[in-house]
Amino acid sequence: MMKLHIRATTFTLLQTMTSVGLSALAWAVTGVRPIWSGSEPSDRQRIYFANHASHGDFILLSACLSEKQRARTHAVAAAEYWGKSRLRRFIAQDMLSSVLIHRQWTDEAQNPISIMLSVLDEGHSLILFPEGTRNMTDEALLPFRSGLYNLSMARPDVELIPCWIENMSRVLPKGQFVPVPLLCRVVFGAPVAIAPGEERRAFLDRARQTLLALNPRPPRHGAEKPVVRKTSRDQKSLEHRAGSDIRHGAPGDD
Amino acid sequence: MPMRETLILVIGLTAVLTIANLIAGILSWRAPKPLSSALVNLNERINAWWVMVLAITVAMFLGRRAMTILFALISFAALREFVTLTHNRRSDHWVLLGMFGIIIPFQYWLVWTAWYGLFTIFIPVYCFLLMPAITALHGDTERFLERVSAQQWAVMISVYCVSHVPALLTLELPGFEGRNLLLIAFLIITVQGSDVLQYIFGKLFGRHLLSPAVSPSKTWEGLIGGLAAASLLGALLSFLTPFSPLQAAGVAFIACLMGFLGGLVASAIKRDQGVKDWGHLIEGHGGMMDRADSLVFAAPVFFHTVRYFWT
Repeated sequence: MMKLHIRATTFTLLQTMTSVGLSALAWAVTGVRPIWSGSEPSDRQRIYFANHASHGDFILLSACLSEKQRARTHAVAAAEYWGKSRLRRFIAQDMLSSVLIHRQWTDEAQNPISIMLSVLDEGHSLILFPEGTRNMTDEALLPFRSGLYNLSMARPDVELIPCWIENMSRVLPKGQFVPVPLLCRVVFGAPVAIAPGEERRAFLDRARQTLLALNPRPPRHGAEKPVVRKTSRDQKSLEHRAGSDIRHGAPGDD
Repeated sequence: MPMRETLILVIGLTAVLTIANLIAGILSWRAPKPLSSALVNLNERINAWWVMVLAITVAMFLGRRAMTILFALISFAALREFVTLTHNRRSDHWVLLGMFGIIIPFQYWLVWTAWYGLFTIFIPVYCFLLMPAITALHGDTERFLERVSAQQWAVMISVYCVSHVPALLTLELPGFEGRNLLLIAFLIITVQGSDVLQYIFGKLFGRHLLSPAVSPSKTWEGLIGGLAAASLLGALLSFLTPFSPLQAAGVAFIACLMGFLGGLVASAIKRDQGVKDWGHLIEGHGGMMDRADSLVFAAPVFFHTVRYFWT
């Protein structure tokens, strides 16, 4: 018998309170704002896929959705972590209405793809972190695991929306429980779809590049990228890259 | 709470903003639709001014405690914008938490209790020495000096300097007892007024760029016209202060000159970090620091000028 992997099709009172409370907290700490740059808020069924460095990531992302969308959008979380104790399971399922999947599985009943598909077939949307774990490296984004490809092959009508979560790894780094107040934005990009005949790896790499390109402030120094010093002459291209956010910004008086 | 002066201020500011609304309304009405981004921005800015004037007026009526809390919140918003822009690493987590959770509350507690001796040295001496020590104890030396300097700057600018505004309430000025809130009104109106006047003079008469590498819109004409007009405004507002009209013009001139320099420095930081605004807290203006940058530089100098010559 197929087990239902979300507790109810609408939010319970506890889930609504948690969701409103966490969204308000996310705003108070990070002033979080959505930047819709290539997609718009919509009632369509979607898989939001995002970079992952902190437990706060999905709170920030859902704080950017409308209350109605939040009630039918579920984060996919690792059962190895969130199913470990009764308290964690209560937080993950009864408060946050997450979908728990096993990254290592043997039993077919634990097949993560079938579990996620069963949630999609309820008409719900998902928040997925295709890196598969919180990224603790200096890399901006780890290679994607296959779930995104498999889900999209099975349900091609579901829109895949890349979401770049800015700064959350600095607000609440792995292993920390008290957040530092820093401003965060979530950039929602244009939907990605598997091209006809596109290979698994090629698609996953392309999806990863699309997500990376949404970062409004790519790292200037450090290991990954050569440093390009910005001068006022470069300001225009910089503003362009930063997306609608800065382009529609006010003409400052400074 | 001096009622007569406060009422004059509320009426005056309401009149100025209403006139601004009327002018912007006529401009918008006559302009081709859809409105240009400059006009949309002008309307947003004026609306945000209403909110800012309302917030400060309410704090004026509620008194010293509310004013201190209001500026602690302004420090919080400014510090958040500052730290967001700067480079920091995972090992800085506790230092950053301390900046928000310890330094802001403690500095404003010192303001509240009027402990002048510690208020002036807590951040420049104790935080200055202890913050890098904590960072060093964490053992992460990568880009150490850059991280530590940025943290120092963040607390100096957004906490230390800003806290000098409510600290005006602790000054004991002979013959001016119970009226210190008006000094805050004088400082904010002249310095923020100077920003607006510099903007207007720059738009009307601006020809010669003052520092094109730092800011594309600051001109000599804007600076000179704005400072002159703001000094005149200061003289007109001398009834709020213990100063004579001439002294008020002089003090306003110094504060507004510092305010101009603050705006210039803030612009240079933004250019260096490759952003146009500090944040998005205030519709049409940008972030808290976009609005407060001039006040940040003006407040400590204004505070010490008043403290030296009038107490």
